[in-house]
Amino acid sequence: MTLTRGTVVIDREACKGCDLCIDACPPRVLEMTTTVVNTTGHRFPLLIAPGCTGCKACSQICPDFCFQVYKFDEPKEMPWPVD
Amino acid sequence: MARRLMEGSEAIAEAMVAAGCRFFAGYPMTPFTEILERMAEFLPPADGVCMNAESELEAIGMAWGAAATGARAATGSTGQGLALMQESISEMCTARIPLVVINMGRGQGDYFQATRGGGHGDYRTPVLAPSTVAEAVELVPLAFELADTWRNPVLIYGDYYLGHTSQAVETPEMVEGAVAKPWALDGTSGGSGHAKLLSSLGEAKQRDGVGYDLAEHLERAGVATLEMAAGVEPRCDVGHCDDADLVVVAFGTIGRFVRWVVKELRSEGHRVGYVRPITLFPFPADAVRQAAVGARSVAVYENNLGQMIDDVRLSLLGSCPVEFIGGLSMDSSGFGVGPEIDAPKIRARILAELERVETT
Amino acid sequence: MSETELVGQRVVLRTDRRPDDATLVDDFTPDLVDVGAHHLCPGCGEPIAIRSAVECIADLGAVERTISVFGIGCYTAFSNNLDLEVLQALHGRAPSLATGVKRMRPDALVLTVQGDGDMVNEGLQEVLHAAARGENITCILLNNGVFGETGGHITATTVLGQRTKNTLDGRDAERDGYPILIGDLIASMGGAAYVARGAVNDAGNVARTRRMLAAAFDTQERGEGFSFVEILTMCPTGWFIETQEAPDYLADVIAGTHQIGVLKGGDR
Repeated sequence: MTLTRGTVVIDREACKGCDLCIDACPPRVLEMTTTVVNTTGHRFPLLIAPGCTGCKACSQICPDFCFQVYKFDEPKEMPWPVD
Repeated sequence: MARRLMEGSEAIAEAMVAAGCRFFAGYPMTPFTEILERMAEFLPPADGVCMNAESELEAIGMAWGAAATGARAATGSTGQGLALMQESISEMCTARIPLVVINMGRGQGDYFQATRGGGHGDYRTPVLAPSTVAEAVELVPLAFELADTWRNPVLIYGDYYLGHTSQAVETPEMVEGAVAKPWALDGTSGGSGHAKLLSSLGEAKQRDGVGYDLAEHLERAGVATLEMAAGVEPRCDVGHCDDADLVVVAFGTIGRFVRWVVKELRSEGHRVGYVRPITLFPFPADAVRQAAVGARSVAVYENNLGQMIDDVRLSLLGSCPVEFIGGLSMDSSGFGVGPEIDAPKIRARILAELERVETT
Repeated sequence: MSETELVGQRVVLRTDRRPDDATLVDDFTPDLVDVGAHHLCPGCGEPIAIRSAVECIADLGAVERTISVFGIGCYTAFSNNLDLEVLQALHGRAPSLATGVKRMRPDALVLTVQGDGDMVNEGLQEVLHAAARGENITCILLNNGVFGETGGHITATTVLGQRTKNTLDGRDAERDGYPILIGDLIASMGGAAYVARGAVNDAGNVARTRRMLAAAFDTQERGEGFSFVEILTMCPTGWFIETQEAPDYLADVIAGTHQIGVLKGGDR
């Protein structure tokens, strides 16, 4: 179990697949899709693991304003991995 | 109203401040420099700002910014400096921002520059050509009013003579600008959902992925331009044309000399008249055509190789022959105080043309 | 309610609904950017910089007295989707327009937004004169070392070795001359009160740049003279590299010459 302090809401349709959020994320909880794309044909980021700290690095670096960032009132144990 | 002996530059500057001009920027260049000096003297006591810009490009840029806030703003130069300002003048037409531009020319060689413009795009600028200091004082508030009404730059085309001769004029009256400027920027519409945009690229803020549409914007600007061209009243001074064999057309300082010479010739019994366009754009085509009815010929006298003569020909459309009796008369400094700008010499040219016309 | 979903072959955390037990700390679109996506390239740094600037203005409480003057470049796309008053200038000419605006509206917060092609090529004299004059405006430079909008050609700030459309093998001093380090040049001028260079290639730099912008606006509000913030932005399109490589390219190639930091007025 990994303690998670925050989470994000991602506007997948706004994304242009630039990948900047992936390297910007300090706990590295974001990964781009590989074959799945949005309606404009771009890959988009997925939250692939617990551990988000709500640091806003993704939202601040995203040129297309795809992220909303939330901080949990209490850090949570996330159910991970899931079968 | 008191009458004072005033040099042209001083009178023009005083008239600008009286007309509500509160921002002026310029770069020194003969014969415009004194206007800048006078505005520097007159504007601060009137709570205005005068700037010695570091270049003509920056001068018109500063005036553009000031005008964007709704202030009556002006700039000026002479021909070479006006040449540098062409892009800004034409862009301000498309952005629909008022401005008064004073060209104190060297001679009359900037007629094409003023009336056709050397900027880009399909724009027009009204041009006013005073011939005396008193007339300049009258035309200055008109320039600001036209600029505000039509949201367009307006040019005043003077010259060295105008700037540097003195005449007894009445102190210009204070004028209040009456045209409302809802488009002017002051910051207050920020955050309202409808923050203002003042731009040569468009008037509407983007909604839902639709960016600038230059086709639509230029078409709208074009409609406004044509409305202005039709809506500005052409002005002209006409004299002694009713039974004239020869009508002499001249503008600005030359027009003043021609008018004087024609009056003298008339008093001697010669059948000669004059037309002095005051608005070079819109050109007083109807008045020129009307004045030439019954005349044998029209002569154009201008201190250049022949520029206004094109507009005279367009006005007449072949209804009367047109001869050029002018020519470039320049002094060694290049400031336009030419030796031919002299009543007896002008009289001789007109008389020669009159004789040619009456004996043909 | 499941917190996970299947996307393609992967099980991932859901990112499509707001959590009940959390506080929003950063929203999608800054308030002042209107609805409607911009069409700048994937990975472009300019929207990031503009976001920083408008959020800074909002933080200052200056939204209702800000007049921005835009130059011409890719960022001009933002001139008509910001909920701030905008005056559009010709290429290079924003500083003189901003001067006229500020002289008539001294209480307004007046800023320019310009690219390097606009400010350092076409408009070099304008910004230098405004700085020398100590004009109380804030000029913001979005510097990516290329003319983005017209295809990515070399500008006056392109660094030696930098890839652009006409220097694909890198700017060469003998063939193409040297870059102008505009931030450093302005910092040397008496009228310039605050001069800083930031970047938007990582979150840390974005935060740092935000503080520079705040200091610059503060300088203007105090009437202390000309303030200038140069922001290095990514342009993977103009640099002919992948978007993921652009942040490192900025750090390694661009920032080696145009160094990040406060260049003048750092004691605020």
